Amino acid sequence: MPGTEVLSWIRTRFMPHIWCPGCGHGIIMHALIRALVALGKDKKQTVVASGIGCSSRMAGYIDACTLHSTHGRSLAFATGIKMHRPELTVVDVMGDGDCSAIGGNHFIHACRRNIDITAIIMNNNIYGMTGGQASPTTPAGAWASTAPYGVIDPSFDLCRLAEGAGASYVARTTIANPKQAETYIMNGIRKKGFSVIEVITHCHTQFGRKNDRRLPFDNYKYFKEASVPLTKAKTMTPEELAGKLVCGEFVDREVPEYTGQYAKVIENARKRG
Amino acid sequence: MPGSEKSEKSDVAFWQGNTALAYGALAAGCNFFGGYPITPSSEIAEVMAEELPKIGGKFIQMEDEIGGIASIIGASIAGAKALTATSGPGFSLKQENLGLAYIAEIPIVVVDVMRGGPSTGLPTKTAQQDIMQARWGTHGDHGTICYSPSSVQECYDLAIRAFNMAERFRQPVLILSDEVVGHMREKVTKRNPNNLKIVNRVRPSVPPEKFTPYAPDPLTEVPAMASFGDGYSWHVTGLTTSDWGFPTNNPPEIEKKMLRLMSKVDRFRSEIVEYETEYMDGANVVVVACGSVGRSAMRAVRDARRRGIPAGFFRPVSLWPFPGEELAQKSLGAKIILVPELNCGQMVLEVERVIRGRSEVRGISLVNGELFKPSEIGRIIEEVA
Amino acid sequence: MAKKFKIGINNAWCKGCSLCIGVCPKSVLELSDRMKSTPARENDCIGCRQCENICPDFAITIREGEENAR
Repeated sequence: MPGTEVLSWIRTRFMPHIWCPGCGHGIIMHALIRALVALGKDKKQTVVASGIGCSSRMAGYIDACTLHSTHGRSLAFATGIKMHRPELTVVDVMGDGDCSAIGGNHFIHACRRNIDITAIIMNNNIYGMTGGQASPTTPAGAWASTAPYGVIDPSFDLCRLAEGAGASYVARTTIANPKQAETYIMNGIRKKGFSVIEVITHCHTQFGRKNDRRLPFDNYKYFKEASVPLTKAKTMTPEELAGKLVCGEFVDREVPEYTGQYAKVIENARKRG
Repeated sequence: MPGSEKSEKSDVAFWQGNTALAYGALAAGCNFFGGYPITPSSEIAEVMAEELPKIGGKFIQMEDEIGGIASIIGASIAGAKALTATSGPGFSLKQENLGLAYIAEIPIVVVDVMRGGPSTGLPTKTAQQDIMQARWGTHGDHGTICYSPSSVQECYDLAIRAFNMAERFRQPVLILSDEVVGHMREKVTKRNPNNLKIVNRVRPSVPPEKFTPYAPDPLTEVPAMASFGDGYSWHVTGLTTSDWGFPTNNPPEIEKKMLRLMSKVDRFRSEIVEYETEYMDGANVVVVACGSVGRSAMRAVRDARRRGIPAGFFRPVSLWPFPGEELAQKSLGAKIILVPELNCGQMVLEVERVIRGRSEVRGISLVNGELFKPSEIGRIIEEVA
Repeated sequence: MAKKFKIGINNAWCKGCSLCIGVCPKSVLELSDRMKSTPARENDCIGCRQCENICPDFAITIREGEENAR
């Protein structure tokens, strides 16, 4: 990938970015920009929306039409943008708490409507920016600053949630496979409909430090070892899959897209009106 | 249809306040509605769902009140003239994103058809308990523009005015209607689109590479606004920013932004402020009332004058900025100012603040879900005259 | 006819996280005294770009050099 094309999508005056050394968010941002470059997208016709948290800073670094909105609400903002200007490419970047705790309602309804937005969830299993509090994806038993005796809540499987709620494209990978992340994001953006790409990443500062994955590379190694391709996972028993990260494209289906459906509403209303 | 009573050409309609408000918004160029059902405002959403697609506009029923306001802010960033409508509980839920629209200077119109509170309160009964919430509801400081209609015609006209003000000042504009005004039916004269003054946000006149998203116009203090998709790539954030639209921690820049959010409204309040007066000449007893209460109060004042009592009537149409200077000037020499309102005393605080003890100010509260009868206000006028 | 690759490191952006060092299959990179990634054995680079893609800081660019006719 020619570096200059990637760099042209970065507001370089804000670099180096705010994220900790080795943070996976930068890896995901890199994959997203490579996907946008490979698809030949125009910065002025591309929207990147975000909510609040470490993940949300991505919108500030990408040189496009960017919206850093409120915690959990980015998909509702993005829905308004996409509804009014369906011709724009709309990408929504979220953290795990952003997407599935405070923003859970917006997330499932964006899936249900199947509006043509690409949602990238950077799942690092923790609230990083606020200091390591438990999120809905913190694994049971793990330490968090608000779960000092270990998390007792069962965690969300975000891909199954998206699939159940009606998204037309759902995929998962980890930051240990940046090329796969790039491919899935490309496939998601190409898909006419709501796409969810969950990228498992790490917060070694707030999560790894207290859960035996202190260094960025410890997390990389863990992801490599724990990842199981979907095809292989299908041959494994639930016991064998315990603690594994199943990666692959879970859903890729043709579902009527929301702005397209609304265009039909306009057509009907004009005929009757 | 020939012979039909519903002639499309007619410029007169018999509507309820909520319907009139929706058609007023459409007359103002509203082309996006995002919202969530709530009594007593839902008719606004229903009219918009019916009418917007006919003009190529967009209606979306969101998953909740928060999504409703978020969607219209998004649509406005993409260039739409966008509306949402709600009532008390929904207005509470919208406060956080309302703050984003204030700080990021995104024009939107938010209607609150007031009902009794707190909480679920009285969904089908009227109240005016959100007057201070409209001013101070979201956290942080900002200028507020808020109108209060007291007739169905005014619902229509103020919807147009609200959109014009939102575009002019690049910020949210609120309409505080109430259950009585929203649901009563009256004759409305529709405005001729050719004679209507429509304000549109100022677009940048510089090429994209020279665009400074929050550099204020030196005259109006309002920055030009580009839309996502029309060639300018820029950043919108809820963080406090410099003129470049990116977060700042620089104290002078922070102060400049904060003061401008106030002064862009304060300095130009004469463009926004609106009020109605009757019988103010020589008035000894002035009744200040807004919204549906304005109707009861106006009747009470007229009846008092007929009985020879020198009563006067002052109705703030803009609640924020409050027409305080105007009230103070017009009520000079009044012995007493009565402020009947459907809450435990909100607007009266603003009246006391501007009158500064020059006249006695007395609040009259009614919080049983009913509207004042003219006779109830009339009796007090008689007592104090 | 092995290809040659040029490893560009932007020291101003590199935070020394060492992910690139860990993923390199040929141990080309090292951490310098100033805690920056450094191509200590550039000739061994096979151009797989794993370091470039894993770098969260956009600090690494691999460029294909002239063919090395050894």
